[in-house]
Amino acid sequence: MIRRHGGQSHGLIEVLHQVQELDGFLSKPALLQVARGLRLPLSRVYGVASFYHLFRLQPPAEHRCAVCLGTACFVRGAGRLAVGLRRRLGLDLDQTSGDGRWALERVSCLGACGQAPVLVLDGVLFTAPPADQPQELDSWLTALGLPAAVALPAAVGLPAAVGTP
Amino acid sequence: MVALPPRERSQLRCCGASGCRSAGAGPLLAALRAAAAAGVAGEPSAIAALTTAEPGSGLEVRSVGCLRLCGQGPLVAWDGPEGTRLFGGLPPEGAAALVAQARGLAPIPLQAEPALAGHRLDLEQPFFRLQRPLVLEGCGIVDPERIEEAIAHGGYAQLRRVLQELSPEQVREQVRRSGLRGRGGGGYPTGLKWDTVALQPPGRRYVVCNADEGDPGAFMDRSVLEGDPHRLLEGMAIAAYAVGADHGYVYVRAEYPLAIERLRLALQQARHQGLLGQGIAGSSFNLELEVRVGAGAYVCGEETALLHSIQGQRGTPRSRPPYPAQAGLWGAPTLINNVETLAAVPVILRQGGDWYAAIGSDKSRGTKVFSLSGAIRHTGLVEVPMGTSLRTVVEIMGGGDPDGGAVKAVQTGGPSGGCIPAALLDTPVDFESLLALGSMMGSGGMVVIGQGTAMPEVARHFMAFSVNESCGKCVPCRAGTVQLLALLDRCVERRATAADLEALEALCAMVKATSLCGLGQAAPNPVLSTLRHFRQEYGAVPGAGP
Ligand SMILES: Cc1cc2nc3c(=O)[nH]c(=O)nc-3n(C[C@H](O)[C@H](O)[C@H](O)COP(=O)(O)O)c2cc1C
Ligand code: SF4
Ligand code: FES
Ligand code: FES
Repeated sequence: MIRRHGGQSHGLIEVLHQVQELDGFLSKPALLQVARGLRLPLSRVYGVASFYHLFRLQPPAEHRCAVCLGTACFVRGAGRLAVGLRRRLGLDLDQTSGDGRWALERVSCLGACGQAPVLVLDGVLFTAPPADQPQELDSWLTALGLPAAVALPAAVGLPAAVGTP
Repeated sequence: MVALPPRERSQLRCCGASGCRSAGAGPLLAALRAAAAAGVAGEPSAIAALTTAEPGSGLEVRSVGCLRLCGQGPLVAWDGPEGTRLFGGLPPEGAAALVAQARGLAPIPLQAEPALAGHRLDLEQPFFRLQRPLVLEGCGIVDPERIEEAIAHGGYAQLRRVLQELSPEQVREQVRRSGLRGRGGGGYPTGLKWDTVALQPPGRRYVVCNADEGDPGAFMDRSVLEGDPHRLLEGMAIAAYAVGADHGYVYVRAEYPLAIERLRLALQQARHQGLLGQGIAGSSFNLELEVRVGAGAYVCGEETALLHSIQGQRGTPRSRPPYPAQAGLWGAPTLINNVETLAAVPVILRQGGDWYAAIGSDKSRGTKVFSLSGAIRHTGLVEVPMGTSLRTVVEIMGGGDPDGGAVKAVQTGGPSGGCIPAALLDTPVDFESLLALGSMMGSGGMVVIGQGTAMPEVARHFMAFSVNESCGKCVPCRAGTVQLLALLDRCVERRATAADLEALEALCAMVKATSLCGLGQAAPNPVLSTLRHFRQEYGAVPGAGP
């Protein structure tokens, strides 16, 4: 794979994309191998891998839920949706549960602004939940197969980061 | 544009772009093709109709780019003897009825067909009627995966002509005369930038297309990439010829998988046809283009960060000068333009710079593509002459608030822009007018904000975005945005004192003045513009004391 990119250091990001596609994430040994193959210091490879949001240095969770916090989704209630998800999963945004079962991620615009707000659950897009009706939203999330609200919402807290009252 | 002149043989154009895909275009397209094939069962071409849209298979069902009214997706246009009819939100179960109508084999008239009732969209409504497609000329008409269709629609004709008839200087003259300004946000005169690159000392030059489109709520560039990628490639090749580049990159954000796929296919087809590579179209002009995929960092849309990223480095900006036009990729002069800027080039050469300059307003010539979303009836893509009023775009074309309420504000320019209050909707949309209101043209995302949304929350939303996307290279942006976010939390919770508001404004001024790149410099804009136009919502009166 490294050879296909001519073994050149400017192909680093492309190589990392392909490694992640194969392995699901960028492990230490994989980064080391990339560094050797491209004849780059490990610090440079690690520096690039950790800079970009899409590169994962940890194995991915079993289930991934990404909520869109793009502006179109935001003005149509994505903040409330995000709070619902955080409560359900007991996770903050961009967090993975300790047992590796769930990850909650934020994205900025999935290109489905017309159906806002939207979320992606294990690669499947779900659109237009009833974000302003708490109870209906709750059943909508249940229908998606999300766990019931965890017992400790206070531990997670609901800080202001997503812009919801 | 969306409506075509009447034609004898009917065809169906189904939008296959990502907006409609997210609304179910995939199953609908399959159902339309199956229905079209089923009707001609027994004919040898029936199978072919399932997989491709070969003419002769009875009814042609084609996959095209964005048909503009994305919020009603999936969209299908039926072009027939009576002109074009548009349908939105059709479930796959409705496919057979539409195919029967298009074939003229339906037992009942169109108006009486229950499967289609409620799905017909009016093509005479202002949303469609007031559009002026130039950049989007071919989007929604050509199949983006077939270069033959792009060529039949005039694609690459200007590249061929330019290579045969015009010198690089003559090309640049047309672009200068057109008055075209960069569509990536800054509005820098394109002709001037091209001259700067072309007039550097002899040596290698690069051309780069910025397709990072990171502003949330913006999908203009994506629509060009997904709907008519050959137009971009033609514009890029003309630009390369005009500045003397023989190598280039299109930098696309990783979040656009369909755009990347179609762009790669388009590059392959163009090479195959001799429209890229060595000795293009029989001339001595050579150009190699490559796609580079981002990895989820908004700041990589900034031109110097983008160049670092293409070179396989961390995407941190550097200070300018030197500008990329002087020293860019590997130190060589590099032309960087936005997708829409480059996609406007073929039409400028076809019609002439003066013709283009006659469209639009005084200092902002030509047309601009906007993506409309948020609290608005018609979510989608519009291309209008520069200088069209915000009211026309948002209320007349966009249909205003979906629940019939009043529009509260329009956000333009994404995290670098601001909010324009409803009272100022008569502002013409051009670079200078929006700047004067404390907002920005930005790349063209317009998000409409309804009465139910509090403006400090909007400001906080963008600040959270900037905190998350700051690359951390300089302190004012890295630390300043975090402090601004904390102050905005107090504002949203209505705990802000007058002193907090003063601190907020002072901090905004500091971050604006001392940040290294445009991200930090513009991050305070959403705060400043909402403070300016919606101060009452911030809860404290300056000077009133805590
Ligand atoms: C933080 C930041 C993000 C940017 N994002 C984009 C982008 O996504 N697309 C784009 O074309 N320009 C973007 N720009 C502007 C580019 O730096 C550059 O001005 C532009 O690509 C030049 O092309 P143009 O002259 O054709 O507009 C961004 C600038 C900044 C400061
Ligand atoms: S202003 Fe922000 S994004 Fe730009 S270089 Fe500084 S820290 Fe990075
Ligand atoms: S903002 Fe969420 S899909 Fe565009
Ligand atoms: S994406 Fe289908 S109409 Fe815009």
